[in-house]
Amino acid sequence: MSLVAFLGAIETGLIFGLVALGVFLSFRVLNFPDLTVDGSFAFGAAVTAVLIVKGWNPYAATGMAIAAGSCAGLITATLHLRLRVLNLLASILTMIALYSVNIRVMAGPTVPLLGQRTVLSSVEHLGVPNPWLAPLFFLAVSSVVWVIYAWFLHSETGLAMRATGANPVMARANGVRTERLVLAGLAISNGLAAFGGSLLAQLQGAADVTMGIGTIIVGLAAVIGGAALIPARSLVGLTLACVFGAIVYHVIVALALNATTLGLTASDVNIVTAALVCVALAFSGTATGARQGKKP
Amino acid sequence: MIKVDRVSVVFNAGTALENRVLSDLSIEIPSGQFVTVIGSNGAGKSTLLNVIAGELPVASGRVVISEQDVTPLPASERSALVARVFQDPRAGTCEVLTVEENLALAASRGGPRGLRLALNAGRRQRFRTALQRLGLGLEHRLGDQIGLLSGGQRQATSLLMASLEPMQILLLDEHVAALDPRTAGFVLDLTRRIIEEQKLTALMVTHSMRHALALGERTLMLHEGRIVLDITGEERRRMTVADLIARFRTQHGAELDSDSLLLS
Repeated sequence: MSLVAFLGAIETGLIFGLVALGVFLSFRVLNFPDLTVDGSFAFGAAVTAVLIVKGWNPYAATGMAIAAGSCAGLITATLHLRLRVLNLLASILTMIALYSVNIRVMAGPTVPLLGQRTVLSSVEHLGVPNPWLAPLFFLAVSSVVWVIYAWFLHSETGLAMRATGANPVMARANGVRTERLVLAGLAISNGLAAFGGSLLAQLQGAADVTMGIGTIIVGLAAVIGGAALIPARSLVGLTLACVFGAIVYHVIVALALNATTLGLTASDVNIVTAALVCVALAFSGTATGARQGKKP
Repeated sequence: MIKVDRVSVVFNAGTALENRVLSDLSIEIPSGQFVTVIGSNGAGKSTLLNVIAGELPVASGRVVISEQDVTPLPASERSALVARVFQDPRAGTCEVLTVEENLALAASRGGPRGLRLALNAGRRQRFRTALQRLGLGLEHRLGDQIGLLSGGQRQATSLLMASLEPMQILLLDEHVAALDPRTAGFVLDLTRRIIEEQKLTALMVTHSMRHALALGERTLMLHEGRIVLDITGEERRRMTVADLIARFRTQHGAELDSDSLLLS
């Protein structure tokens, strides 16, 4: 694999690290199997692309994408909490609806961003040589997000959120408003997924309605695979493992697709992903993947 | 002070499985009173506690705590007034959190939760001092996941968590039923100590007639969602476990004989 292809896998991996942190929050921390991210990832891309084409500042457009993704998360949480829809089903409903919403937002299935100002073009003047610019930029973004995320999980509110997912009755007995924390958690989780979608659209130079498909599986692959690769117990370790898992996932996929002897094409990525998730699940010793923490 | 005013709780209302768990139950507990509650399975003991805690909605009636009508408030919003310890040690503590994180969660009961770190040097010192009083050596295990502790250690921690912040009412739901006799004795002693030291109003549900008479100053017996016995003072002092079982039998006939736990 060439250096450029390798760095490309790293930068995509870093972007999906954000998604993995979001998936960790819903699946592991809140115990809420949320598939909305497939929709909110593309939603983030769509909102960003449309706003940039309209002449918005790329940073403001990215911020709006995060807000839009958070709203999608709030809808899923509301369907579950208010209408008592099963959590998994609630998330599928939002995800399906977002497909149509995304086409409406973009007034079509795709919006090209070629030649537009993006968050990447805004750092070009820093003089970092080309193949290194994007990975370093995304490394900086991911690091900042991870620090804030890890701080949050150790804060009073973050602690309450972890208790909400693990033992809601006990959490309420200790004054935790569990419904609010489910709302907040899904908002943050889908905001992160939309952030990832927004950055990927700006990196690839286009938003596409299909770009969200399979996001949840990639996110899960990163969370479970990361935990299998780095057997951490602490939250700092577990969340770092998510980002690391996302990077490793993309490097492995790039290696598999680049290995001409295997004869794989880009359309084989889904079966490679499924195989990777199965392997990671087998090694992590937890077949559900939906529980916070580790077995003793 | 707690006032439960003509409270009814109905499960599966309007269906063939309709079950009236509490019927028009009223009780007033003055501040500082320690009340024990007994009754057969399904008598409504845990339901009464859940109603006071706000975990279960009432079909009719009112719950008043310290002059404040809390009937419409959910459990989380009553937590400044009510603290509870559950029967199952796993229910009262959060397995995936460490000992100090569980205590930190309880230390914010009734207060606002912000984005400050949940743990700091001051809080750790406070937890260490509090844990020292248990005499279980847990002050050296602040960073351990609480799932690694024994049932008795977890229940003692759970009791400590409940009493960490001020409250009006302490609810104990058969909190020693899952423990071996020696550990149960230790946790009961601790319960008595905390309630006396902090002059708490407490409601303790128990399956043991002996505990019901040995602890506290008033005993209630529930049957089919009603209070069938309410003794205090001299009458209670003279009551023996045998008397209480006799009262039990006359109240509900022989149906309770099979309940061997009553005799423990």
